[in-house]
This record gives sequence, C-alpha cells and structure tokens, in this order.
Amino acid sequence: MSTIPGLERPAPVPNELTKPFWDACNERRLVLQNCTACARLHYPPAPRCSQCGSPDNFEWKEVEGKGHIDVFMVIRDSRIRGFRSAQPINFAVITLDEDPGINFLSNLPGTPPGEVPMGAPVELIFEETSTGQLVHEWQVVS
Amino acid sequence: MVSDTSWMRNREGMGLWEHRGKVAVVGWGQSHMDRRWDGVTMDRSCGGLTKEACLKAIADAGLSLDDIDGLITSRETRAEQTWAPRPYFDPPYDTEDGLTYASADWIQRELGLKNVKYLKSDAPYIGPMMGLAAQAVGDGLCQTALVWYPMVNLEGRYGHNNPQNLNQEAPGATAFSLPWGYQNGAMFNNLVVFLQYCKKYGKSHDGLAPLCLNLRRNGLMTDWGYYSLHEPYQLTREDYLNGRVIEEPLVIYDCDRPVNTCAAFIFTTAERARDLRQKPVYVLNHAQNNGRGRSTMATLEEHQEAVASLARKMWEGSGLGASDVDIFNPYDGYLTFTQQFLEGFQWHGVKWGEAHDFYADDTRVEGPHPFLSSGGNNGTGRNRAVLFSDSIQQLRGTAGPRQVTVKADTALAGCNTPDSCGFMMFSKHPS
Repeated sequence: MSTIPGLERPAPVPNELTKPFWDACNERRLVLQNCTACARLHYPPAPRCSQCGSPDNFEWKEVEGKGHIDVFMVIRDSRIRGFRSAQPINFAVITLDEDPGINFLSNLPGTPPGEVPMGAPVELIFEETSTGQLVHEWQVVS
Repeated sequence: MVSDTSWMRNREGMGLWEHRGKVAVVGWGQSHMDRRWDGVTMDRSCGGLTKEACLKAIADAGLSLDDIDGLITSRETRAEQTWAPRPYFDPPYDTEDGLTYASADWIQRELGLKNVKYLKSDAPYIGPMMGLAAQAVGDGLCQTALVWYPMVNLEGRYGHNNPQNLNQEAPGATAFSLPWGYQNGAMFNNLVVFLQYCKKYGKSHDGLAPLCLNLRRNGLMTDWGYYSLHEPYQLTREDYLNGRVIEEPLVIYDCDRPVNTCAAFIFTTAERARDLRQKPVYVLNHAQNNGRGRSTMATLEEHQEAVASLARKMWEGSGLGASDVDIFNPYDGYLTFTQQFLEGFQWHGVKWGEAHDFYADDTRVEGPHPFLSSGGNNGTGRNRAVLFSDSIQQLRGTAGPRQVTVKADTALAGCNTPDSCGFMMFSKHPS
C-alpha cells in the first residue's frame, strides 16, 4: 500500500495498449514508448506516434527514473474517494530529465504537504495499490 | 459521443470561411436559471427549461415552429450523474432524455416541429456546437436551425457524485491520472498551467481579483443570471482573497457556479435573415481546437501555442485581425485560463504575461476595455451560452446596462479551454 497515511489509490487496470507498461512497473522498471523513427518518447502510452502518426515504430524503452519538480499544489478537498482520508496531500508535476517534454504526476511520498521544494530533483520509486499493481511514484532526492 | 469532426475548421491554412457573412444569428432565448433542479417542478427540469429557451428564441426571431428545419444540440450538459436510479416520471419525462439532457428528437416531439430535415444531438459542447450550426446552415443542410445548450445540475455536491471518482479502479486513460488524485475536467490541468504561468511571469493568484469583481459586476447587470436572480450583491476584494480554497490557489470565486438552465439560438441564411424581426448578427468565421498536450499534463507553452493557433485560424477565416475585434467574450469557467485567450488573441494589445496588468486597468463595460462584457460564467453561473448571447446583444445594441460605450460592430466569443474549444466571430455587417 501507499506510504502516505490514509491513501487508497484507485488501482490501474491494464489494457492491451498499457499492459507492457504496467507489467514493467510490477518489475520496478519504468518503460516508455519510443518511436524509433522519430526518437520520440510517449507517456501515457499512445496508439500511434504523436509526431509521425505511425503505430508501427514503437518500442518499449526503459528510462532512468530521474526528474525534477515543475509545479505543485496541495489537494485539500478531493472528489476522489480514495484520497479523502489522505488529505491534505501533495499533487506535483514531475518532468523527466531524459526528456522534459514528458511529465508525470506525483504525491511526493515522504514530503510533508505544502513543504515541497520547487525545482528539486526527484527519483523513481514504486508504491502498491489495492490489487497489488505497482504504480510509479517520485520522491525528493535527499 | 462526437460522431464527426470533418466539418470543423480546426486547421490552419483553410483560408477565408466559404460561408463568411452568409449565415446569421437571428434569435436568442434564455430560460429561467436555478442552482439545481428540485426534482419536482417539471417546467424547471432540463426538458422544461429547454422548451422554454427554444420557444423564446423562436419568438425572438419572429419565426413560427414550422420555419424550423434544423435541430442541433449537445449531450454535454455536465449533469455528472443520471437521474436514475431515482424513479422516472410520466411521459415525456420517463427516460433520461428530458431530465439530464434534451435531444433533438425529444424537442422535435415536444414542440411538434413538422418540417425538420436535419437533426444533430451529438455536438461536443457549446463552443463547437455553434460552429456546427453555422456550418450546417452554410452548407445547406438546413435553412433555419434551432440550437440549444442546457446545463444541468442535480441534487448533491458537484463532482462528488461522478461515478469515476468513487471507483476503486482506474481503467483506460484514467490509469495514468486517477491514482495520483487527478480529477477529470478542466480544473486540474488548467490550474497546473496557471501555476506555470505564475512561475514564468512572476505573477500570483491575487492578480485575478479584479477580473472576478468585474465579472460579478457585469453579471449583476444581466437580469436572468444566477447572481441577479438569487444572490444580488457585489463581491469585495477581501471576499475574493478569503474565498474558500478549492484547490490551492484556486478559490470558490474562481469557479463558475454549476446551475440548471438552457439557452437557445436561431441560425439562418443571411438572405432569410433580412426579413426577420431582429437585426441579423452575421457569422464571419468559426474555428476549433481539439488537441491535447504531449504528456500527462498539457503545459503552459502548449496552451499558449494552442491559443495562438486558434487566433491565426480565426483571423484567416474571418479576414479580421486582433484590432478589429470590438467585443471579446472568451471562456472563464475557471478564471485561471481566461488569460490565455486574452493574451493569445492579443485583444487590445495584451501580450504574453500581461493579462493581470490588463485586469487591473479599467475593464468596466463603460470603459475603454470592456473585457467579458457578458459577465461570463463567473458572473452569471455556468451556462456558457452567455458568451454568445452577450456578443449578439452587444451587436444588436440591446445589452441594456451592460451595453458597451465603445464601438460594437464585431464580437468574438467561445469556449471551453485553450486546447479544446470552439470560437465564433460575429459582425453587424456581412462583410
């Protein structure tokens, strides 16, 4: 389960497109679609390359899992049931160092709500959801 | 829900709109507005309010029911829930149709419209829906289109009844957003973009206060609006700054208030418009954006480019430029994204990063920069149609206490968000 007290994340349900991504998460690896024709990463997974439009040149590429905090806010009144018992909780946008055009969401486990160091480096971790599916998370590099 | 987007003007390089000045809006009707439907009064249900708005629009145009040959609407009523499992009522309120939306078939049946040859119930939302109506009339799919847009708000706390938010699982695309607390809708991503805006330009949330206060002021000059009807008092800067926090730094006064209402419009050919009751308000162009960002969250730069592209499409199709636009009514559902439209269209010369300074200037309807003379959704409740109806009223010269004192020959209006929207250019003159 999450290391954030009270948090019950909705568990991702893999489908045909996203199964390789979620399977890799369960192996504690972060893999992104890479269009080999365009050398362009995609996240979330897409049915075709956003640049060349082709679905035929995708490979799953493992990325290093280093990023930075772009912006953040604090969720205090979530509409999502599994978050209400964890409020207040951070909600941050993380840019990937390997390609800052790719961004991820994070609740920044280990960082007290509102005490987020803007621009700080973060590293990849994984947290378990109710179905056992791991999800990618980010924590501030101490 | 959206069947076809081939009619859209969503690409640059499409040239002058082929029906420029050949389509006009000749009627408008606005129903009563409540905070929520009470679940009892059928005249105030979605269907009841829709009938009211449609009949008002037809009467406003000086038309009869038999003149209507096109019906266009959207299922996107923001009800966020179905009426069921609550029990239905006697016909015609015996399905969701009429309670949480009002389809073209439902209105055709309820109003007894005999000459309809074009029905469309799947417009995405009001911005593109207005463009769809203009295009349909221009293309000859119908001559006189009745177009309506209900907004539905049922009992319960808004957003908390959305089934997606109650689910323990996150299927499909939500698997990449819900597990981190991202709530669907325009709020979260546009708040992220607003934070990026503040970081880039050194701005802060209190820079939105003058916009909020002026929208409430304009809204109080709109007699059918929510605040005129139900809470007729002005806000103060202190009210705004101390507003209940929704998501930091967004406060309650940044958010348009969900309401229960309907607006309707009549589109027809310029030729048919000549003999009707109202002065025609001509359509010079319509343009749409329906993209999304590259990754999980669209970024400030992506939104800025989206609006800049929308502006280029609008100028190209209408033959006008930024300095030609007298009335400007862009979407203000959350005050955090209105500035993207203001800066992207460079209305009154406002450049990137300058919107908050503009808001602090004189934007009253009596002044030189009557921005969002409608009062917007922030000032009248989330009906979205006010952006268009005020533009029409300003060009007709019938906006009453909101009538601007500057020239009002052209108007630009649209919604929803920078990356997903439909805008329309209106003019008193066909060319």
